[in-house]
Amino acid sequence: MTATRQRAKAAPHLGAAAGLDDDELLAMYRMVALARAVDERMWILNRAGRIPFVISGQGHEGAQVGVTWALRKGHDWIAPFYRSIAMCMTFGMSARDIMLAQYARASDPSSGGRQMPGHYGDRRHNLLSVSSPVATQILHAVGIALAAKIRGTAQVALTAMGEGLSNQGDVHEALNFAAIHKLPFVFLVENNGYAISVPAVMELAVPDVAARAAGYGIPGVVVDGADVLACYVAAKTAIERARAGDGPTLIEAKVTRLTGHSSDDQQTKYRTEEEMALEKGRDALPRFRDQLRAAGILTPAVEAALTEEIAAIVTDATEFAEGEPDPEPSTAMRWVYAEDWPSETPPPWGFGEGDDDAGSGSEGGGPAAGGD
Amino acid sequence: MPTRTFIEAIRETIAGEMRRDESVIVLGEDVGKKGGVFLATDGLWAEFGSDRVIDTPLTESMIVGASIGAAVNGLRPIAEIQFADFIHPAFNQIVSEAARMRYRSNNAVGVPLTIRAPYGGGVHGALYHSQSVEAFFSHVPGLKVVVPSTPYDARGLLRSSIRDDDPVLFFEHKKMYRSVRGDVPDTDYVVPLGRAAITRPGTQVTVIAYGLMAHYALEAAERVEEEGISVEVVDLRTLRPLDKETVIGSVRKTGKCLVVYEDNRFGGYGAEVAATVAEEAFDYLDGPVTRIAGPDVPGVPYNHVLEDWFMVDPTKITAGIRKLAAY
Ligand SMILES: Cc1ncc(C[n+]2csc(CCOP(=O)(O)OP(=O)(O)O)c2C)c(N)n1
Ligand SMILES: [Mg+2]
Repeated sequence: MTATRQRAKAAPHLGAAAGLDDDELLAMYRMVALARAVDERMWILNRAGRIPFVISGQGHEGAQVGVTWALRKGHDWIAPFYRSIAMCMTFGMSARDIMLAQYARASDPSSGGRQMPGHYGDRRHNLLSVSSPVATQILHAVGIALAAKIRGTAQVALTAMGEGLSNQGDVHEALNFAAIHKLPFVFLVENNGYAISVPAVMELAVPDVAARAAGYGIPGVVVDGADVLACYVAAKTAIERARAGDGPTLIEAKVTRLTGHSSDDQQTKYRTEEEMALEKGRDALPRFRDQLRAAGILTPAVEAALTEEIAAIVTDATEFAEGEPDPEPSTAMRWVYAEDWPSETPPPWGFGEGDDDAGSGSEGGGPAAGGD
Repeated sequence: MPTRTFIEAIRETIAGEMRRDESVIVLGEDVGKKGGVFLATDGLWAEFGSDRVIDTPLTESMIVGASIGAAVNGLRPIAEIQFADFIHPAFNQIVSEAARMRYRSNNAVGVPLTIRAPYGGGVHGALYHSQSVEAFFSHVPGLKVVVPSTPYDARGLLRSSIRDDDPVLFFEHKKMYRSVRGDVPDTDYVVPLGRAAITRPGTQVTVIAYGLMAHYALEAAERVEEEGISVEVVDLRTLRPLDKETVIGSVRKTGKCLVVYEDNRFGGYGAEVAATVAEEAFDYLDGPVTRIAGPDVPGVPYNHVLEDWFMVDPTKITAGIRKLAAY
């Protein structure tokens, strides 16, 4: 292949329509590729028995990076979901931060090792902690947007979730309220066609989640999730609209799930080989790479350097997380509340455990300490 | 000292906190122009406007869920659930989200949120306008649960709840809204969360109660006094965290403990109190730890004869005290 720096002469600059220059395009591509590499490493670690559970964002990265790129980092808010690795990384989390969550280390910024991997959140980057019961986070994002409006902060709040989650009642309650008050809120649906094993036709009676936006009187936009720039443009429009006080937008990105639902799922049980092969063609990563190559932005030299850089980052993140300490059992009673409650302090297991005097919890000397 | 009804104390406290701190907002069904179905927020909309007093759609999960988000982004919402009976659609948001946010984020994010809800029976409210729901929520670490019984405590505890950095469920017995009146000083006092009050000192039997039952316990204590039974009444005021010191201290003194609650007996909040007393005051007990609580039917029936049958009242408590005192 003879990749070249010079652009196709008459063709407009790749990022022109989106208002993105070459450096930004390259940075976006780097993020898509980095998130993928981190994700792939997670699976290797899982199969090697290093980490017990993986839930993956592979196939969703293009939409996540494209959409998140249009937000203001450190100012706007995101309430993510379990596939939001690329989104969280675009918004400020590092590969180390993601790996710390996989290993559930004490220094894991998402939860200090308290939550399963995939429950990303990072207060430093306005990424809200997420739980497992799905779709609850949409109401948090709407509440964040409500506070932004009341306080006049010009912040926008975004939440993301799958098309399966989008059927939850909280989604209806959230969109209704956000639309009534024209809140600065963006709702990203990452539609990968499955909720674990259940295909979209069994989840929705309409082909597009976006069609539901009409019921709330808000725009509903369908975008190809493998088209990073289209995702960026859709988000930019929605975010500008939100910031201008014109209310929420529902963006539905059609993405693909390249892996099983999680490391505990065997997707060959409900998906054919042909289908999975076909889905690979809907992956944003190679498509974006080809676009950047054709535009002369991703030259062989740049690409080689990038590949090397990403490999180093992933290895560093893995080694770093691997070497970090587990949380101390003596800390497990902390942060139930903002402060301790002397009348309800340990022994945590009740009669027969710990000292006679309650309140010895800080020594970490309970029977569970030093166990597994 | 000025006197106030229970609901006046609550209404004025919300207004006062909203004046004091502009991050305090109120949201719920009919809380705006109407001022709430019980008028707990009457006048707030006129004073603070529709940005800070928000009439929400009929969506309890949204009321709590959006309050969580607003709390995360710098506000101190007071969410009103119109009746405690209708808090269940918000259960997931309260239990999975508000309660766990601080713990699961390793203290990165807290949820300073107060959820007010009128609860309780004896008001011809039947199955779905009479429920006591405190047991569901006091079971959950991360939540604080408050049940005041006097206008004084309502004000002091509501202030503490609104100023608290964690989610608080504030349950108000609706039968007390207008029937209970008491002194409320104009000062900026607070009643700290997690402290019970001995509302009547005594020597022979400890009766532990909260909410409306704290009044009925006092009434029952007065009745048995003539019979020579000296009863100490502990009004818990806060259910979570539980003020074990006051409870255990009282039982150690009297040697007998009767726990009173309006909710269904089985697995009710009082069961936890009874277990705590049994574990921590066993050596001091002169009789079984006993309970007077609501019957285990799925709700308070409407017909007044049936409702009277359901409700724990001073007469039923009196019977329980006599029986325990005879041990
Ligand atoms: C309330 C609740 N019900 C069920 C689950 C289990 N669950 C987790 S993800 C999922 C499927 C979600 O599918 P979708 O929203 O399409 O997202 P995707 O995983 O495809 O990205 C299910 C059933 C859960 N976590 N929470
Ligand atoms: Mg899906």
